[in-house]
Amino acid sequence: MDHDIIQFGLYVPPHPHPLLSPGASEGYQRLRDAFDTCRERIENSDADLIIVYSTTWPSIIGHQFQANPNSEWVHVDDDFHYLGSMPYSFTMDSVFAEACVEKAQERGLQARTVNYDAFPIDTGSITALSLLNPDNRIPATIVSSNMYANRSETIVLGKAIRDALTEEKRKAVVVVVSSLSNRMFTEPIDPSEDRIHSQKDDDWNRKILEFFEDGRLEDLSQLSREIHGQIRVQKVVAYKPAWWMASIMGQHNNYDGEVLAYEALNGSGGAVIQLTPSAGSIGDKEFDEDDVEYYRGDRNVLDQGGV
Amino acid sequence: MSKGEIVLGALAPHPPHVVYAENPDQNEPVSEGGWETLRWGYHRLARKLETIDYDVMVVFTPHWQTYVGTHFLGVPGFSSKSVDPVFPNIFRYNYDLEVDVDLSEAMCKAASDAGLITRMMRNPDFRVDYGTITSCHMMNPRWDKPIITISSNRNTHYYSPEVMIEQALALGKACRTAIEESGKKVVLVSSHSLSHRHFVTESPLPEDMSKEHIYNHSQYVWDMALIDLFRQGKMREAIDIMPEFTEQTIAETEGGGLVWMMGAMGMPDYPAEIYGYQSVIGTGNCIAAWVPQSDKREIVL
Repeated sequence: MDHDIIQFGLYVPPHPHPLLSPGASEGYQRLRDAFDTCRERIENSDADLIIVYSTTWPSIIGHQFQANPNSEWVHVDDDFHYLGSMPYSFTMDSVFAEACVEKAQERGLQARTVNYDAFPIDTGSITALSLLNPDNRIPATIVSSNMYANRSETIVLGKAIRDALTEEKRKAVVVVVSSLSNRMFTEPIDPSEDRIHSQKDDDWNRKILEFFEDGRLEDLSQLSREIHGQIRVQKVVAYKPAWWMASIMGQHNNYDGEVLAYEALNGSGGAVIQLTPSAGSIGDKEFDEDDVEYYRGDRNVLDQGGV
Repeated sequence: MSKGEIVLGALAPHPPHVVYAENPDQNEPVSEGGWETLRWGYHRLARKLETIDYDVMVVFTPHWQTYVGTHFLGVPGFSSKSVDPVFPNIFRYNYDLEVDVDLSEAMCKAASDAGLITRMMRNPDFRVDYGTITSCHMMNPRWDKPIITISSNRNTHYYSPEVMIEQALALGKACRTAIEESGKKVVLVSSHSLSHRHFVTESPLPEDMSKEHIYNHSQYVWDMALIDLFRQGKMREAIDIMPEFTEQTIAETEGGGLVWMMGAMGMPDYPAEIYGYQSVIGTGNCIAAWVPQSDKREIVL
């Protein structure tokens, strides 16, 4: 069995407030405390690698893996630049990044590593790695979120990285960087009065959190299109984090789930969640969409229209 | 003090490929060229700008994306390296640029007075986006004029293209007011492509022009429809079809740049100067300019 190649998975928010201004509101502090708890759990685990899937690193040319052994720069967020700068120095596992590219290509995906001085690592990845692995005790790999990728491509991507983990005999913590509902307030707010943008967003977020707490990751994966339509601003084609998380961790509901924090971040839904592989299962699984092992590109429906 | 004015407005697409193809000293990767139709068009526009008296270039970029209002650069200078997160293999550009903070603050205030949400960006560590750098490099490779960058508020995604148009027009009018009160001569830059569906694969040699073409015919037809309106000086009509154009071609007009510029320029009813059209990794890119002073206008293409 290779179940322990994933020690556990984390779902964390992308916005910088827990890193840069945790004291600005009780909610931000609770998110920060949850990050700190996860940091301790990573330190106490057998993990030798952190894999970050960041929704705030969009790519176009396939899937990019950060491979600069020492990624160092000072980042400033586009929106929240007034909260301060985000200096970072991260240790990346360039060998593992190369392995991921190889496995992704074997499964039909376009993939490449990026290893450039001054490459702009995104706000979400910086926030996550700065808080979860502040001393670079464990090397990391960050994978981009292709803006055109949909379900099959994202699921194959997760499987490809799992292939690499298996072959390299690594033990990883996987980190998804994403909001739940992602609609922010479009006017400045007092952080102490931050709240989820709408009741609908909050209702859906709490339903998603119920699934997470029950360990129903594959059920969430199957609900991704509905989640996208209900509570995601339509910036990209799909809500992909649950697809990726399920495919790399295992497409089932056998997890122990724990919601460590759920708070508003400028109106968006920010949650720190842990999923740990377990033997138990819950839920009536009704998996509507086919599984996919190999990515064959977009179907050309026009060419096949006359069939 | 004489009244300030907008002396030219340019639609200036920013695929980093055109800078890569130019092989300037500031950019680390080296190319064998490529995308000449666009680059030669840019060269022609840059030569024209050398004959025009202006004080500052104001850029509206979709690659500085803000959700909480519209932001303006508010630091006198920036010196750093810009690495494109999407195409880092071709764009790693060392820049050193000056910002006209006075005019930036005046535009920010005018926009705020008009009811828009605004914020000045004062963090000196901020990295200027590659869209701004690409458009400015191609239009003024000597970098001897100060610039201002205005962020793209994501109204299209948060609300609708119609809301984006309303707010971008209001922003443009506010910027015009600030420019007129400043006494400065200003070049406006709307930095974006038209149709914006990319190929998701790349040739081993990115500048292999045998592989370059528009993503699909629909994108091309829509791009030409819009450019035809540019040629006829029908910018009101161009803005009217913008929601459908944006939706049909996943266009980068979604950021609001062209609408902002037309709002600032009072919705030109004279023909645009067309400097070139070419696809870059499948997207449609047109270089066009609107020149308010009639005796300065040309028929370029």
